[in-house]
Amino acid sequence: MSQKRSGKRVLITGNEAIGEGAIKAGCRFYAGYPITPQNELTAYMAKRMDEVGGIFIQAESELAAINMVFGASASGFRAMTTSSSPGISLKQEGISYLCGCQLPCVIVNVMRGGPGLGNIAPSQSDYFQATKGGGHGDYRLIVLAPSSVEEAFNLTMLGFDLADKYRNPVMILADAFLGQMAEVVSLRERKRGRVYKKEWALTGARNRTPNVIRSLFLKEGVLEEHNKALQRKYALIEKKEKRWEEISLNNAEIIFVAYGISFRIAYEAAKILEKGGVKVGIFRPITLWPYPYTPLKKASQDKRAIFVFELSSGQMVEDVRLAVGEKTPLYFYGRMGGGVFDEEELAKFVKKKLKR
Amino acid sequence: MKKEVIKPPKSLRRVTTHYCPGCGHGIAHRIVAEVVDELEIREKTVGVAPVGCSVIAYDYWDFDVSEAAHGRALAVATGIKRCRPNLVVFTYQGDGDLASIGIAETLHCANRGENLTCIFINNACYGMTGGQMAPTTLVGQKTATTPWGRDPQRKEGFPLKVCELLANLPGVVYLERVSLANPSQVVKAKRAVKEAFLNQIEGKGFSLVEVLSPCPTIWRMSAPEAVRWIEEVMQKIFPLGRIK
Amino acid sequence: MAKVKIDKERCKGCGLCIFFCPFGHLQFSQELNKRGNQYAEPKKGSECKGCKQCYLICPDYCIEIYQEDVSKKKWEESFNHR
Repeated sequence: MSQKRSGKRVLITGNEAIGEGAIKAGCRFYAGYPITPQNELTAYMAKRMDEVGGIFIQAESELAAINMVFGASASGFRAMTTSSSPGISLKQEGISYLCGCQLPCVIVNVMRGGPGLGNIAPSQSDYFQATKGGGHGDYRLIVLAPSSVEEAFNLTMLGFDLADKYRNPVMILADAFLGQMAEVVSLRERKRGRVYKKEWALTGARNRTPNVIRSLFLKEGVLEEHNKALQRKYALIEKKEKRWEEISLNNAEIIFVAYGISFRIAYEAAKILEKGGVKVGIFRPITLWPYPYTPLKKASQDKRAIFVFELSSGQMVEDVRLAVGEKTPLYFYGRMGGGVFDEEELAKFVKKKLKR
Repeated sequence: MKKEVIKPPKSLRRVTTHYCPGCGHGIAHRIVAEVVDELEIREKTVGVAPVGCSVIAYDYWDFDVSEAAHGRALAVATGIKRCRPNLVVFTYQGDGDLASIGIAETLHCANRGENLTCIFINNACYGMTGGQMAPTTLVGQKTATTPWGRDPQRKEGFPLKVCELLANLPGVVYLERVSLANPSQVVKAKRAVKEAFLNQIEGKGFSLVEVLSPCPTIWRMSAPEAVRWIEEVMQKIFPLGRIK
Repeated sequence: MAKVKIDKERCKGCGLCIFFCPFGHLQFSQELNKRGNQYAEPKKGSECKGCKQCYLICPDYCIEIYQEDVSKKKWEESFNHR
């Protein structure tokens, strides 16, 4: 995923990069509540929103924050809320409503150890919550998983465009590691993209019939039709918006599948194994929903084994299994509760499984 | 030949509502619509409907309206108003929405001094779901979840007086309790609603009008009995008048 | 001189207007409307004073009040379409 190296180069953390990406995307409403490990993001938004004349509200809870974003989005503004795992749980009702009402917005989850209060260390154990629901009803969130600070900046900007394009919330799924680490980013300006007219927004019923934002449809059959329309939209997103990265797949004997910070560590583990004569390819999903099942299946053909790494008990591995089927041996290695593996650990696991 | 016609306001759609015979919502909806029309703000008014019997208020009001999750109307309204301060944004909420599940949103929205108008419909029960206890249910009042009558001895608490609760918050500029117990009270209620809307237009801060409203079905009364009950019983616990 | 006009199909028969009319000008109908309830209607031979108490309390906003300074005969005629 190459981007023009134009724009100011700065050393910033993942949290700040996400915030700056939102500002550059034209986000002018933010509501959030403090929670580690994304407090820097909330504080960054407070400062930057003030500078660009946007609106910042420290809400009374994550619950209130997602509902304020609902209102801001309903009025036609680009709006964002951010939190970490326990706070994202609080937002699930709001997410379901946003999807049912077809309101665009960006929600950022800087994942930490769970379940419950957990700890403040990195984790990827909200994969199910993000991609399979979490809120009630038949809805889908577009889920983008950056694996570098620069990508966090770029994907946040992309998130706002996808949200407006499809009238759907978008989630940026990051983790404590990514949020806290600092890398060099080129803070490019947003490309002159399409401006989305929001004729459905609540702007006052002048010279038009009144707009209503609703997800309640009590008359017989109407909610089902509404759901069918939502499903058609999701099918379109699945067709057009899958994103992934392939590294050295051609001569690889085995492949790694990982996203986010796990990808960065897996990449280093691959280098160790290459030195030992193992040819490793990496498949990195960037959209966790829509998940790139077909490209992954193609990538896994004729491979000796597939290794999935995630900071969890094994959540994304289920989608990998779904993609590749039963033929190729599939191994999962994970760490839970805020534990983070390192490249030595992963390389050792792979060698053990390959008996090398 | 002078001709005067008194008829319902244009911002109210002439349809049969789903409300019970004698329900106060119809009167309250009409008051709001009359105020919107008289102030000529229809084209910049946005209502936020609650979860409750009036969840489909947008079928009756002819201006922009948003749904909100249960209790979150004031958070949603905050989002809309902060983004578009030129709009007149009001919430219309029942006991559960404003005083139970939404109490944090209510308190903090008021405490932030958001420039919003809040119409609080108090019928001392949860109507839509079949008449359960509400924070505003009176002691001794029989409901679906207090069939023995609300009893503080059983840790069921006391009727919550929202106006008095919010009175100490500096961000709140106007609190008044009115009722729909008879036509002259209805006139006073409308005056209060108008003031609450004018406060927002003049940028003064948070205004809330609490409206004691009849609920004949849940109270197991006829409509005339229900309005009598407001006058003789409810108004003694929830005194009318300007609290702030 | 005034006339109260009640939309009988939208009236739910709650009885509040009848209860609050200070002049006893309103009553329940004998027939049922399409909803199946008795509706409020003006009493024949009785006169509406245009005080609009009924309009204020009606929860279904199905009441309109007409006040005009005309002869009684002309007034009745203007409502023949009802």
